[in-house]
Amino acid sequence: MLDVQAIQELVRKGRRYDAIFAIIGLFCMMIGILMLAVLLGGLVDDGAHRLNWTFFENFPSRRAQRAGILSAMVGSTLVMLITAATAIPFGVGAAIYLEEYARRNWVTNLIEINVTNLAGVPSIIYGLLALGLFVYALDFGQSILSAGLTLALMILPVIIVSTREAIRAIPSSIREAAYAVGATRWQLVRDHIVPYSAGGILTGIIIGLARAIGETAPIITIGALTVIAFLPDSPFTGEFPYLSFEWMKSPFTVMPIQMFNWLSRPQAAFQENAAAAGLVLVVMTLIMNGAAIWLRMRFRKRIKW
Amino acid sequence: MNNASDTAAHAAPPAGSRFGFKRTRNLGERFIEAILFAISMATVAVTIGIVGLLIVESAYFFERVSIVEFLTSKQWTIMFEEKHFGVLPLLAGTLVTSTVALLFAVPVGTTAAIYLSEFATARVREIVKPSLELLAGIPTVVYGYFALLMVTPALQWFMPDLPGFNMLGPGLVIGIMIIPYITSVAEDAMRSVPMQMREGSYAMGATRLQTALRVVVPAATSGIVAAYILGISRAVGETMVVAVAAGQQPNFTWDPTEPGATITAFIVQVALGDLPHGSIEYQSIFAVGLVLVLMTLLFNVLGHWARTRFREAY
Repeated sequence: MLDVQAIQELVRKGRRYDAIFAIIGLFCMMIGILMLAVLLGGLVDDGAHRLNWTFFENFPSRRAQRAGILSAMVGSTLVMLITAATAIPFGVGAAIYLEEYARRNWVTNLIEINVTNLAGVPSIIYGLLALGLFVYALDFGQSILSAGLTLALMILPVIIVSTREAIRAIPSSIREAAYAVGATRWQLVRDHIVPYSAGGILTGIIIGLARAIGETAPIITIGALTVIAFLPDSPFTGEFPYLSFEWMKSPFTVMPIQMFNWLSRPQAAFQENAAAAGLVLVVMTLIMNGAAIWLRMRFRKRIKW
Repeated sequence: MNNASDTAAHAAPPAGSRFGFKRTRNLGERFIEAILFAISMATVAVTIGIVGLLIVESAYFFERVSIVEFLTSKQWTIMFEEKHFGVLPLLAGTLVTSTVALLFAVPVGTTAAIYLSEFATARVREIVKPSLELLAGIPTVVYGYFALLMVTPALQWFMPDLPGFNMLGPGLVIGIMIIPYITSVAEDAMRSVPMQMREGSYAMGATRLQTALRVVVPAATSGIVAAYILGISRAVGETMVVAVAAGQQPNFTWDPTEPGATITAFIVQVALGDLPHGSIEYQSIFAVGLVLVLMTLLFNVLGHWARTRFREAY
């Protein structure tokens, strides 16, 4: 026999549990965002008063009040130049090969498994590779070149994976149409595949570079934790050939290293500098990642196959 | 004269030019394919480089230090006069911080994933998923600041005896760091459970929560386990949070309120000092690096196994 009251009670109980879980779930979901807010609040509270033009114009100094992040900003920019210049062609090239050229055989399988595994390797291990390979074996020293190449290796899997995803989203009818009018494989890739997947590729590149710009551990491992109170040689020169590559061999510091340096000092004044540097770093990565997400949504909405 | 040029023109150009065109076109195509193939193989070279370098430098290390001492000694005092090379303190530090992180991140991340997949509206999901990506993009050194100067002082309110450097604070912060990964991957897994299964469950009179816990979660187990494994390997490889906030003292203990050092923190600590090529310190970071790679490899294999073991076919 169905007892109406018992059933009603059961339904009510079910609803109650649903509601309780919804509240817990909402809270768990918000924890991360809540923590980000607390973290940002803390950084602003400790470091915002240090953020003025002199902070961006000064070199690191023994006196916390006069210290700034000029060399770190310049260093980060130059390191990112090298990283982008190597990681983008290699990452996109490998992804194009895997999606458009590779035959299904054991070599392709090997490359694919390898990329997956590389994505899971802790970043500090790339630092060890760079220490043995770039710093000593190839004798690049503790230079901008070594650091840029290290970070390029680290973000290579990120760019490969996102480029492959973007290419895979292109329907095969596009490929068939191109072949039907006599295009070669390279013509297809150059005129169709790359332009149509440009949004996804760009997203991957930005996310990769955002990760590289905040990465500390591999750069410490190549031994680059020094106070740098000068700028590398300018890449542009007054006389022919107007470009100089001396800056690549220069010692350097980057934003996260500068922050770590200040953070590991006991004086409160330096930790305020660390907070200010952290604030700049967080804002930079948030802007880059935000731009990537915005780009992806834009491209997703615009393209209808 | 006229005739001769005529026959010559007939004999060679039409066929010749067509085939010639095709040959250069093929050559160009082959060349490009070869370049792209070489680029792809460069990624394999990176792996070979990592593995080769770790093994070679570790081999030098184990010529000077016995493997038995490495695996059994409970002291790691490479910075002192009397050197001991026991990896156990570093392993213990790594396991303690990772365990704290997982104890925090797994329940929170799973609950958030269930909520996001089964309870939240599409609009909420559209906002939350990208913000998870933003969270995952925060530089780790900033999280180090968070652990050292904000979380540890907050914990000291509840635990006045907690030292300024400890493993609990960094562990919790690593937990916060990996929540976005766990939530995002676990949510993807739950979303890919077919709608019919939920509808079947609702039709039988199950509530949302019952459906989520007894139908969706079991069906998505393989993906959820993969999310945990991803979280573990992030936690084990995390460097800066521990290097900043855990004290950088190799300490054989299972107590998270004590200071300690992980494998990664030790590598940072050695790299901060003067590091002559070929010294025992230089070789030791490759030896512990090899241990770290083997650990993450083990987790990757476990993850792969779990994905196939718990796979549900619909």
